[in-house]
Amino acid sequence: MKLIAAMSGGVDSAVAAARAVEAGHEVIGVHLALAANPQKYRSGARGCCTIEDSHDARRAADVIGIPFYIWDMAEEFHDGVVEDFLAEYSAGRTPNPCLRCNEKIKFAAVLDRARAMGYDGVVTGHYARTEIGPHGKTLHRAVDHSKDQSYVLSVLTVEQINGAIFPLGDTTKVDIRAEAERRGLAVAQKPDSHDICFVPSGDNAGWLRDRLGSEVGPIVDQDGNKIGEHKGAYTYTIGQRKGLGVTVPTADGSPRFVLKIEPVTNTVVVGAREDLAITTMHGERPVWCGPAVTSEGKRGFVQVRAHGAALPCTYFFDGTLLVASLDEPLLGLATGQAMVIYDGDRVVGSATICETQ
Amino acid sequence: MPSIYVDHAATTPLSPAAFKAFTFQLQELGNPSSLHTHGRAARKALEDAREAIAGQVGCLPSEVIFTASGTEANNIALKGMWWNGKAQGKKVVVISAVEHHAILDPAHWLETQEGAEVIQVPVGVDGVIDLDFLKDLIARRSGEIAVISIMHSNNETGVIQPIEEVVAMAENIPVHTDAVQSFKKVPLSYQELGVTALTLSAHKVGGPLGIGALILRRAYEIPALLHGGGQEREIRSGTLNAPSIVAFSAAATEKYPSAEVQNLRDNFIQAIHQAIPDAYVNGEASRRLPGIVNVTFPGTQSDTLLLLLDNAHVSASTGSACSAGVHEASHVLLAMGHTEATAQSSLRFSFGAASTQADVDFVMSVLPDVIRTGRAAHLK
Repeated sequence: MKLIAAMSGGVDSAVAAARAVEAGHEVIGVHLALAANPQKYRSGARGCCTIEDSHDARRAADVIGIPFYIWDMAEEFHDGVVEDFLAEYSAGRTPNPCLRCNEKIKFAAVLDRARAMGYDGVVTGHYARTEIGPHGKTLHRAVDHSKDQSYVLSVLTVEQINGAIFPLGDTTKVDIRAEAERRGLAVAQKPDSHDICFVPSGDNAGWLRDRLGSEVGPIVDQDGNKIGEHKGAYTYTIGQRKGLGVTVPTADGSPRFVLKIEPVTNTVVVGAREDLAITTMHGERPVWCGPAVTSEGKRGFVQVRAHGAALPCTYFFDGTLLVASLDEPLLGLATGQAMVIYDGDRVVGSATICETQ
Repeated sequence: MPSIYVDHAATTPLSPAAFKAFTFQLQELGNPSSLHTHGRAARKALEDAREAIAGQVGCLPSEVIFTASGTEANNIALKGMWWNGKAQGKKVVVISAVEHHAILDPAHWLETQEGAEVIQVPVGVDGVIDLDFLKDLIARRSGEIAVISIMHSNNETGVIQPIEEVVAMAENIPVHTDAVQSFKKVPLSYQELGVTALTLSAHKVGGPLGIGALILRRAYEIPALLHGGGQEREIRSGTLNAPSIVAFSAAATEKYPSAEVQNLRDNFIQAIHQAIPDAYVNGEASRRLPGIVNVTFPGTQSDTLLLLLDNAHVSASTGSACSAGVHEASHVLLAMGHTEATAQSSLRFSFGAASTQADVDFVMSVLPDVIRTGRAAHLK
């Protein structure tokens, strides 16, 4: 196949590209320039798309022996990922920008351009697997569960999964680093990237405050009594306990947790730990990574955070929303996150959580 | 298969004569500034080269100052001439809107770090500077202008600027011209132009990378950027790079086949007009260098075209600068009235002494498909 390897400058995408070449594919490396004004250097595990990262990607491509180009996707990234991130926070939800980037950039803008240019698919260094089975090509968890990234890939449609190649899904991260070393790739020991790539300081709350303002609002208890003030409701997350800024203690001294964020009234609602418990979640804009989910209830697992646990549940699709009922209550679930349904290690589909009970 | 090279304006093959001179001199022992037999031998070879280059550019040998690049020569000239002017209370730097970054960026630096006022002379859609603008500017502010720097020809479009007229208007204001792309390609005489300073680079004419020259009027003193051993009129210290200089001279004294290169270029343009009717050549009606063609292919994006061409074994370029590896919309094309979108849909093809009709034919055998695919990749 003719493939485009998306190369971030990190160790994973470098080894993924090398493996694709070794598998006999015709591969070219592409680094996505996603920041309009990239920083010169990386600081630790933060940020990506710095000039240093693009050099690392180029060097890896040269060592592997494939052509290398840089694609400017800054506009698409800003419109599809950064703007969405801001809009979600201002609506009181907690978005996952990595998921959005896979949905709108890597396996949309890049894959579309690749296909238009006569390429068959996109290779990335994600830790996930695909299998060909009775349902066609399906998406599965990586062998290395601690590194599994199937959660952030759960927004891919069957059509997108068909154009995706994940060469690292069968290997642990430790082995990938060792392999990079063997292959003479200088990025073998480069730190993993964490956090949000477009917030290079790592200070998400400060970054949001700079863009969304810091309008002071009330912190209230479940009865509506004002017990404190906040500087921007969007800097809070459901389930958050620390740094609430509550001045009135509870009667029994038990801690308070963020239960709800109401963007219209700019109010943060707090309450006791047990009030965080939910048993049912509803998700909008579902995407099926294989056969569509029907109204018939099925047993499976739901995962609500990138590296969260797979929670046993019964799930179905009511025609508009994806619904999952948990076997055991879950504490603190933010709307805006993705609920990802698994059948064993196969990704069934995902939706954006819009309501919890 | 090897790729066809149509990027000679970026750099062009080392000529066999330059290679021979370079490798010979590399084995010769001696610092040209040493006074002993070895040193004198190296100095002899170097001064022979200096005289030969002076002969080619129409200046005195003592007016040749060797540098490590055209960029360095531009920096020495622009900054030095500005500092000279500043000492007399003149703070204005006049450049064109289409200068190479090796003039644009030092000008910007002078503005932000040294308090210069930089004025850019606009160009028309033909890529030629607006002489009326310059005339008016000089009429109003001649006493404040420290230096005028206008390139001899543009590296992206090949459009040649009317330097003789600039010099005539400038009267006593010192004029510098970046002639990196023009040297050997079109008639160029330092003396006849009447400029104070002129920049050359070896690797654009078949010499090695890493050697350039500033031609600077005899007895015109200028502050140095590098201080040290006092070589090159104390304007450019550093041990003289004899192998590169003799190779530069060997390349510079070879004949450049201007007519043949221009013929190839014209065949190429004609073929593009036939095969891709909506494509257009930037600055087509202007006096241009024989080897450079800048073409806009509406509805495409140049980075995609370069990838597809590379894949089809053609090495071309946008000719414009990169920022973090991303091609910026060319400031040259924007100055000529392009929009961001059309500027980003443009490629530079440049031919050299070694180019052949077979190169043109090969490029044309893949280009229409590349443009078609490139358009498909950018349909939203």
